[in-house]
Amino acid sequence: MIEQAPALILLFPFFASIIVALAGIRIQGVCFPITVISMAASVLSGIAILGQVVNNGAIRYRLGGWEPPMGIEFRIDALGALVALAVSVVGLLTAIYSKRQVPAETPDKISQYYTLYLLLMTGLIGMVITGDAFNLFVLIEVSALTSYALIAMGPRRATLAAYKYVIMGTIGASFYLLGVGYLYIKTGSLNMFDIHEQLIARGIFDATAVLVAFILITVGVWIKMAFFPLHAWLPNSYAYAPTTSSAVLGPLVTKVMVYVMIRLTFTVFGADYTFGRLDWSDIVVWMSVAAILAGSISALAQTDLRKMLAYLIIAEVGYMVGGMWLANDMGLIGSIYHIIADAFMTLCVFLFAGIIFTQTGKRDLNALDGLFTKMPLTMVGFLVGAFSLIGIPPTAGFFSKWYLIQGGVASGHWEYVIALLISSLINAVLFFRIIEIAYFGIKPAEGHGGHHHEELSEEGPTEASFSMLLPLLVTAAMLIGLGLYNRDIVAIISDFVSQFNFGVISR
Amino acid sequence: MEFFEAISAKFNYWIYVIIMMIGLYAMIAKTNMVKKLIGMSVFQTAIILFYVSIGVKDGATIPILYHDQVHADHHHDDHAHNGEHYDTPHGTDHETDEYGYPSRHAPDVVIDGDDFANPLVHVLMLTAIVVGVSTLGVGLAITQKLHREFGTIEENEIHDMIKSGK
Amino acid sequence: MSSSITSFTPVLAALVSLVAVLPIALLGRKPNLREGATFLAGIIKFGLVLSMLPTILAGSTIEYTLWRILPNIEIAFRVDGLGMLFGIVASSLWIVTSLYSIGYMRGLKEHSQTRFYSFFAVSLSATIGVAFAANLFTLYLFYEMLSLATYPLVTHHQDKEARTGGRTYLTYLLSTSIGFVLPALIFVYVKTGSSLEFASDGFLSGYIGPSEGLILVLLFTFGFAKAGLMPFHSWLPGAMVAPTPVSALLHAVAVVKVGVFCILRVYSGVFGIEFLKELDVASILTWIAAITIVTSSLIALTQDNLKRRLAFSTIGQLSYIILGMALLAPQGATGSMMHIAMHAFGKITLFFCAGAIFEATGKKYISQMVGIGKRMPITMAAFFIGSLSVVGIPLAGGFWSKFSLLQGTAEEGHYWMLVTLLISSLLNAAYFFPIVFKAFFCKPGESQYEDKVEEAHPAAVIALSVTAIATVVFFFIPEPFYSLAESAAAQFFAF
Repeated sequence: MIEQAPALILLFPFFASIIVALAGIRIQGVCFPITVISMAASVLSGIAILGQVVNNGAIRYRLGGWEPPMGIEFRIDALGALVALAVSVVGLLTAIYSKRQVPAETPDKISQYYTLYLLLMTGLIGMVITGDAFNLFVLIEVSALTSYALIAMGPRRATLAAYKYVIMGTIGASFYLLGVGYLYIKTGSLNMFDIHEQLIARGIFDATAVLVAFILITVGVWIKMAFFPLHAWLPNSYAYAPTTSSAVLGPLVTKVMVYVMIRLTFTVFGADYTFGRLDWSDIVVWMSVAAILAGSISALAQTDLRKMLAYLIIAEVGYMVGGMWLANDMGLIGSIYHIIADAFMTLCVFLFAGIIFTQTGKRDLNALDGLFTKMPLTMVGFLVGAFSLIGIPPTAGFFSKWYLIQGGVASGHWEYVIALLISSLINAVLFFRIIEIAYFGIKPAEGHGGHHHEELSEEGPTEASFSMLLPLLVTAAMLIGLGLYNRDIVAIISDFVSQFNFGVISR
Repeated sequence: MEFFEAISAKFNYWIYVIIMMIGLYAMIAKTNMVKKLIGMSVFQTAIILFYVSIGVKDGATIPILYHDQVHADHHHDDHAHNGEHYDTPHGTDHETDEYGYPSRHAPDVVIDGDDFANPLVHVLMLTAIVVGVSTLGVGLAITQKLHREFGTIEENEIHDMIKSGK
Repeated sequence: MSSSITSFTPVLAALVSLVAVLPIALLGRKPNLREGATFLAGIIKFGLVLSMLPTILAGSTIEYTLWRILPNIEIAFRVDGLGMLFGIVASSLWIVTSLYSIGYMRGLKEHSQTRFYSFFAVSLSATIGVAFAANLFTLYLFYEMLSLATYPLVTHHQDKEARTGGRTYLTYLLSTSIGFVLPALIFVYVKTGSSLEFASDGFLSGYIGPSEGLILVLLFTFGFAKAGLMPFHSWLPGAMVAPTPVSALLHAVAVVKVGVFCILRVYSGVFGIEFLKELDVASILTWIAAITIVTSSLIALTQDNLKRRLAFSTIGQLSYIILGMALLAPQGATGSMMHIAMHAFGKITLFFCAGAIFEATGKKYISQMVGIGKRMPITMAAFFIGSLSVVGIPLAGGFWSKFSLLQGTAEEGHYWMLVTLLISSLLNAAYFFPIVFKAFFCKPGESQYEDKVEEAHPAAVIALSVTAIATVVFFFIPEPFYSLAESAAAQFFAF
């Protein structure tokens, strides 16, 4: 059983989606339990995989009995195992959260919703563990198609946003596919590891086709991860989608695409090619600086809570792209650690936004009026997420910033360091603005106030139901746990990062 | 003249780029959402064309082995290499033949990959077509939903409606 | 000579008040039991700190490594002379302040008292954490924790004024700590690759050049904005919207002293005095401090709101401490560390008095306090003692620290600094003594109060009397602060 874990992590949600699709139409009650159980099973498989990888090294799992590089293989190394586990955990938590949300927001499409949800998880997990470049394309599109639909289930503006996402997303995926085509011409292989070996064996790194492939793949993936200025599809999609959709898409889609970027850059093209031959570090890091600042500043301008968070995602993508392109081990470690940390921070704040939207019925920040007294537990969960996004120790967000800044200092990219710090400060402003509204109320008393709040606390919104609070609080706890145990996670990441010899490359 | 040679030697690339640009233009410039989706479809088709074209070899036939080809003692040593050279391992590189498609089915019979168009790209494109059709389907469904909600499929009209707060 | 002992006590001392949050929060509906929990935690904390005193006085240090958090950075605690001195001040004054809080908060029937006591306990945990931090990372961790834990205290009233004050508070503290300290911290880490552990002679020397060194010094000096160095001082007057116990303990002792403590720690433990001398930063730093001292004293003169006047006075006094250390001379450093303790007792007394006046009469402005001495004699007497200490006149503990500081400037030949200190003392006298004078010796018609003794809540009066008496006692017996400061200084200058 355990040696089948690499397939099971994917197959649990996949088969569950079929069951939900078939059975759910007649018996809507089965959708939620099946989803949760399958995601829980997927999490368990993820843990098993991680354990195996940490103890025995990378796993190669052949699908359908064909030998690589002909057959499709899953190759899961330390990085993949870690991210796959994070993805499935986020999937599980959001699935629990969806219990009341889905029937409330999409009452007549429960089984369809869960089918899409599970297919999305299949796609995302598959993207992480696959070792085949074309298979990756298919999985990217599986997750993209399901996310279009998950977003379009929202009201009017969500549909429009989903439409734009379809157009942008297709361009991104097509670029990627084209890039893979060029690589295939030059190497005759689609297996990521084999492509790399062929590139070396044939000594064709200088070929224009490889360069074109690199550019096409990078741009395609950038579109998919909403890297500024290719981010236009993201804010409205995540802001207007049903809350469960944004709670699962916000943390995962962009992060998994960052993972894909790292995987393709390092496993397919290799660090020597990307940083040695191309030497675009400076340009891309400056682009990421622009992304960080643009995302943060746009977030400042928002009054809609979820839209604000959506712009923060754009800034965070800048963190990760920049971190990777710093071209040193610390930057890459920070970038990878941030994939995981940011998945949970984003999940935390999006769950919070969903709860607020459900309990108050309002989208804007004023919905938070005086919530500290009315919904204390929710606010505690939110505070942890907010502190993590600001980067206050000992939450996970602090440590990812720590590694990223360390990378920036070591490589002398001061602009990146400064952008990170500015972004932290802007996040502080953003979240303390929320905290202020929740703590003081929209219109605090002029004089020696305070007393009136206790009178107010009788009416207005109340604490959310258990199925919504539990994921939020678990996520908050995980953020602190990830922070305290960051050393262990980084040790796993280092296994991956240490393969690449940045010492030779860095100037 | 060099310019024309450069174009004619790789005409398949030029064609796919032109088709792709037509699709891209439609996706960006049209305001009608169905037209945009048609553009998207054209865009994807261009890529499919590109893939299929790289599997082509001069004088090669469809990659289907007949029964007698596998069992008869058929030699290919004198085969002329006059086609355009594509660096596919199952095509020309005999070193990588252990991975090659024909050898897997008939290890005792030597079959030259140059006789057959590369089948892998076709398989890939079957999948890509499915993906493309699904994307188109989802896109059309979303357009339909937009029409239900806004009563129009002109993008600028929808934007106006949102701005005016309807 | 200095041995180190491994013991869990410093961790306990730091965490006991954090753990106390649980009973405090749970006993929210039973105020007496809740305050009992606060007292118990305070006494245990003080006891734990004191129990380590003999070891420290004997010249040893106490260490404990709690958790290895980054590849070679640990959350670790170490108690030495400087940390001990600060630890004693903070933990002893917490008990007194708790007593005072009961009087103040109940007297004014404040809302959300449970929250108040809970976050107070958290703040104290962070303070002791800073005091006993063994490395820069742990220090930073608790420093940030303190900024955030004090925010609900500063904004306790939850009105518009509190919101504005709270905004200023966090803007200054977070932007400097994230904007200056964090990058400086990571830069040091990248450059040295060390565990950031404080060494008595610093660990930076040899890793960085002079210009980088100067930038780092400035980043750290201004980054720890809790020290109130100008131009990063505005948060402190803004924070005066807090209830007075908060202003008293946190903004005269814990928070602001954490700021100067951090600066002292970084100077001695990260740079090392010898390296600072090489960098030749003494004159820059002393001038920054001197400007702050004089300017803030002048501003204090113009303030009519008593708490704001005290706040500006604090800003000036904090810079004494930085100035003393920046002299890079043993006497100066001793005076500087002594001043942490002496100023704490003096200034907390003054704040207690301001709060007692507010609680009893509702008056905040100095111009409204003419003749108040007749009505609140104990309070105003204590106020007098407190101001003596802050000005640095004999019969109050503040004399000794100021004396050492003056000695330090003279020894090092910084005569301008000597003059600055003297001018500042005059200014201190000019902004405190008229208050006391007008309170007691006004013309009969001028008095705004009847000749009836009506003091504040007894708990508050006891508290302010205790600190006033302590201030006097420290004039006669400046122990253990003097020995601690001297031994710590001896270590810093051991090269």
